[in-house]
Amino acid sequence: MTARTRAAVFATASLNALSRRLGLGGGTVAGGRLGLAIAPNLLEVLGSGRTTAVVSGTNGKTTTTRLLAAALEEKGSPVLTNATGSNMPAGHVAALAGGPGDATAVLEVDEGYVPTIVRALDPAVVVLLNLSRDQLDRSNEVRMVATRWRHALAEAAGTVVANADDPLVVFGAQSAPSVVWVAGGIRWRSDASGCPACGGRIRFSERAWSCDCGFARPTPDVEVDEDPDATTTAVFADGRRLGVVLSIPGSFNRRNAVLAAVGAEVLGVPADRALAAMGRIEGVAGRFSLHTVGGVPTRLLLAKNPAGWEELLALVAPGTSPVVVAINARIADGRDPSWLWDVAFERLAGRPVVATGERSADLSVRLDYAGVQHERVADPVAAVALASRLGDSGDPDPVEFIGNYTAFHDLLRATAPS
Amino acid sequence: MKGPLRIVVVYPDLLGTYGDGGNGLVLARRAERRGIRTELIETTSDDPLPVADLYTLGGGEDGPQVQATQSLAGDGRLARAVDDGAAVLAVCAGYQIVGTTFPTADGSAVDGIGLLDVATVKGEGRRAVGEIVVDAEVPGVGALTGFENHGGVTTLGPGVRALGRVRVGVGNGDRTDGAWSGRVVGTYLHGPALARNPALADRLLSWATGQDELAPLDDWREQALRTERFDAALGRRWARRRRRGR
Repeated sequence: MTARTRAAVFATASLNALSRRLGLGGGTVAGGRLGLAIAPNLLEVLGSGRTTAVVSGTNGKTTTTRLLAAALEEKGSPVLTNATGSNMPAGHVAALAGGPGDATAVLEVDEGYVPTIVRALDPAVVVLLNLSRDQLDRSNEVRMVATRWRHALAEAAGTVVANADDPLVVFGAQSAPSVVWVAGGIRWRSDASGCPACGGRIRFSERAWSCDCGFARPTPDVEVDEDPDATTTAVFADGRRLGVVLSIPGSFNRRNAVLAAVGAEVLGVPADRALAAMGRIEGVAGRFSLHTVGGVPTRLLLAKNPAGWEELLALVAPGTSPVVVAINARIADGRDPSWLWDVAFERLAGRPVVATGERSADLSVRLDYAGVQHERVADPVAAVALASRLGDSGDPDPVEFIGNYTAFHDLLRATAPS
Repeated sequence: MKGPLRIVVVYPDLLGTYGDGGNGLVLARRAERRGIRTELIETTSDDPLPVADLYTLGGGEDGPQVQATQSLAGDGRLARAVDDGAAVLAVCAGYQIVGTTFPTADGSAVDGIGLLDVATVKGEGRRAVGEIVVDAEVPGVGALTGFENHGGVTTLGPGVRALGRVRVGVGNGDRTDGAWSGRVVGTYLHGPALARNPALADRLLSWATGQDELAPLDDWREQALRTERFDAALGRRWARRRRRGR
């Protein structure tokens, strides 16, 4: 390391420590920015000689990163990770500068930064979950993201672990010299019907998809079987059948865990041990876990786009407990909540529902046209209290609070874990 | 009108990037709330377009936009339905499709299906992204609020009128937005534009049903949303004036 990069690492770590001490936030981005300003090649320097795994995709990447980190901790040495979801280069620099130079790193990477990070860090494993519409007011069209992945991964030396069920992911990943395909699932198909290879139409059937041009679902190296009683089994090409039992809920999390387990195995942790370690994770950055909001037991869930909602509705819709939906439209959320009309809120009809958040007026109109009777309360904590009162007092289940990005984090700050 | 009011959402598989299906849903529910029997159909690009009273076209990315145009031109039924008096709402990429020409990603021109005499080229500067407010010139529609996200500049030919004048935002690029001719409306207010603009929804329903006077609905949710969006787009001075006027 040159004196300049040593100074940059020191500055990153110091500013982050200072900002955490002053309570100015998680202390991950400011220090990283400073370090990159001092030494623009800081990421390459911090990545060299290190084993790195990256996780990307539109949805589930924070949780999957946490799961993969838990699996790799099984090796008994420290794992560096950007657990706070700061998933752009400043956050990566901060995570890497915060620990030993030879520690394994597991990094969540924003979809748009996959090419940058793959080139800078030469990761041993790249886990790619899914691609769908998200924040259309500021991000590239999703097909463009897949194309940029494809170019960058053509030169990737590491192993790409990719979801074979998502045509956009397959298009982005199939250029890589080494790919392990996992049947990672896809519930939201509306962004996947246009063929990324030829512009034609992709047709889906059970466990398959293809376009007339020949672009088709690769045969998975690891299949995922889901029984109606919600047991999930990963079936490996070598015949191993491993149960996927997590403490966090949701079919999407179990499928993402299989991708993480395959990634862990590439890095030397057997998939069964990896899955066992993941099974002990009870909440990820506040998500999925029980909190007390103004005295009311509440399960906090994050859904920020139609694909994420599709997965969460599958999880939440069978229940009867009250639901609070919180929608903001700040820059981090995307300024345009038109996507609310892509969400099948109809499935919440008959439940006690309360709309809240800075864009609850938009949400309220959407719910009304979906035939969902609801109340609207500006303050999210008050919304949870009202939802609790609207619910059946005999219902043992907690209130479900589903917020998009900043709405979720606002409520998380106002709660205590229970 | 014989049979139910039929509303077709055109090619949601290709033109549905921004919650555009919401426009069909808003139209159908507003008709049903008035006791009008309604049939809402989503027709993918695999199938022939059904004959209908009202069609909605949404936005889409560049590739799907060209595919949708080819399918519509090959199908031919939308133009015939308009000749027979059907109403059309086309937003964003859909608006460009119903014009005479629009640009692909590389800037080359593609023929639209020509329901509106408007021509779109690629804009020079950045994409127009943000809240848009338009004073509509269609009778009874008033101010429109929406969100735009496009890179096109659209020029109106002699055969159409602008949908309205832009107060905030970009629209066509010449301080007007959209176009309007007969019962065909195009606009850059993208996605579920009718959710924020029930008066425009009702104008389309009037055309589609032939009923000049539709029973009023209690739109308090929509009105609350409109007030909030106008305040956000037009700024503090406007909000103060509005409150004083009350």
